Amino acid sequence: MSAVSTRAPARADRTTDRRPAAERGRRVRERQWPAYVFLSPWMIGAVVLTLVPMAVSLYLSFTDYNMFDPPRWVGLRNYGDMLTQDPRYWRSVGTTLLYVVVAVPLKLALALGVAMLLKNLARGRAFYRSAFYAPSLLGASMSIALVWRALFNDGGSVSGVLDTFGIHTGSWVGNPHLAVYAVVLLSVWQFGAPMVIFLAGLQQVPPDLYEAAALDGAGRWRQFVSITVPMLSPVVFFNLVLEIINSFQVFTPAFAISGGDGGPADSTLFYTLHLYERGFTASHMGYAAAMAWLLLIVIGVITLILFRTSRSWVFYADEETR
Amino acid sequence: MNIATKRWLPHTVAAVCLLILLYPLAWLLATSLKPANEVVTSLDLWPSHLEWSNYTTALDGVSGISVTRLLSNTLLIAAGAVLGNVLSCSLAAYAFARLRFRLRKAMFAFMVATLMLPHHVVLIPQYIIFNRLGMVDTYWPLVLPKFLATEAFFVFLIVQFMRGLPRELEESARIDGCGAFRTYWSITLPLSRPALITTAIFTFIWTWNDFFTQMIYLFAPENFTITLALSGFVDQNSTSAYGPMFAMSVISVLPIMLFFFVFQRYLVQGMATTGLKG
Repeated sequence: MSAVSTRAPARADRTTDRRPAAERGRRVRERQWPAYVFLSPWMIGAVVLTLVPMAVSLYLSFTDYNMFDPPRWVGLRNYGDMLTQDPRYWRSVGTTLLYVVVAVPLKLALALGVAMLLKNLARGRAFYRSAFYAPSLLGASMSIALVWRALFNDGGSVSGVLDTFGIHTGSWVGNPHLAVYAVVLLSVWQFGAPMVIFLAGLQQVPPDLYEAAALDGAGRWRQFVSITVPMLSPVVFFNLVLEIINSFQVFTPAFAISGGDGGPADSTLFYTLHLYERGFTASHMGYAAAMAWLLLIVIGVITLILFRTSRSWVFYADEETR
Repeated sequence: MNIATKRWLPHTVAAVCLLILLYPLAWLLATSLKPANEVVTSLDLWPSHLEWSNYTTALDGVSGISVTRLLSNTLLIAAGAVLGNVLSCSLAAYAFARLRFRLRKAMFAFMVATLMLPHHVVLIPQYIIFNRLGMVDTYWPLVLPKFLATEAFFVFLIVQFMRGLPRELEESARIDGCGAFRTYWSITLPLSRPALITTAIFTFIWTWNDFFTQMIYLFAPENFTITLALSGFVDQNSTSAYGPMFAMSVISVLPIMLFFFVFQRYLVQGMATTGLKG
């Protein structure tokens, strides 16, 4: 493979290349193919495991399909049933939206707060940064989900501690009003990942900005609003998009904390849990495909809105140099 | 606020945060060593005596499959996934970061777009494909996609890293007659070690923690992973089984903790760079 491009030095500057145009064209073509060799695993994956499956699942979403019999075209019926005939669908949408709306801001606010705290720490910053990050690696595991279920269950530590403050909640996982918040708190517990990104962003803010502001008499709050927030806005944006996309797809904790069925009273029936149950337990693959496509559309629209609005609130310091 | 408080107030807040954060882990460890009758009755973390028999029970595993078997199954999948991701993602990343080709912009945009693609959209057709290939209830559906660079996150991470490398070494290698592949293999790849290590560790941990894909594709108990074995406990409400169940949980998070302690620098830096240069 290496023999082929030996003739071609890496850069052929257009202005100094005096060879005939035809020859130049051939050399450009020659230098194209190694790139496609490098990309071939990715391209096969993109076509066979992403593009074709996307098309197939779009097609299946208009059919009745159970894996054994050939798919039967039903038009928009899956979508219609979902939106008008399936109360559990709306239940799952409500639960997931509640989760996204509560968990994402809480997690990001805590991440930013702790990052600012650590930034001003003279010693031990690296230690705390790593220690706070650890839950992000463990949080998605079944083990921690089981711990969570036990902690928030009857006689678990959470209700035990709250009892000593005179707040009697009983079991969270058995209470339809509280179960979803146990899942929320598990997400908040993993604030370390966005915190690491915030901290790296904070450390890139030039200190002379703060010094200049302090000289001009700006207080702590003023500095936060006028320097930290705008300088950090690209990182906030990145974290926000990432967390929202991930939160829509939460599965393992919901599965474990609900005991596998979205209970009690469907209060932890997250979107993905309902999708799994429809598609793989009840064998309504067409219906599940339609659910997946609606999820894609919702995530796509939200991401698009975020990108559109970002122009007005995300500030890129190096905009001119881009 | 006087100077002294100003200096140690942040430390106190950080320490208190850390204690709350680590409580679930301490609870897990303590419960795995508690005798059955102490699990619920006390908020006290410290067991009256260490009940090591929880661990011997846990080692027997579930439905006749020992924990050693479960762990080696999981390790096999994770090792395959790591190898696949490091190879295929670094190949694709090199092309995106260093080579010029006509469809580069379009393909790169597509790759970034798949970062946001919910896995569920391709789930069912992928299942149909693997089912047709007779690969359901084998490890292929869990490992093969990694050799096809389907995890755009890592392609992106390595692209970002490679773009930050100085070009001079590669250019002089190519002037000395190295082809694209030689340059990739003997110059760019060794220089990208930190990004590759980050990729390997994240892949290992995510594969180790994965539940959804494993649940969908694996059925025979002898193919089970440690996570699948643990998932059998989710509707377990009786606290009498807590000891062995959480002993098994400790065993299952141990490799992650180990990786974390050894490689935390790469993990934290990998996380920070993806976010900043995005």
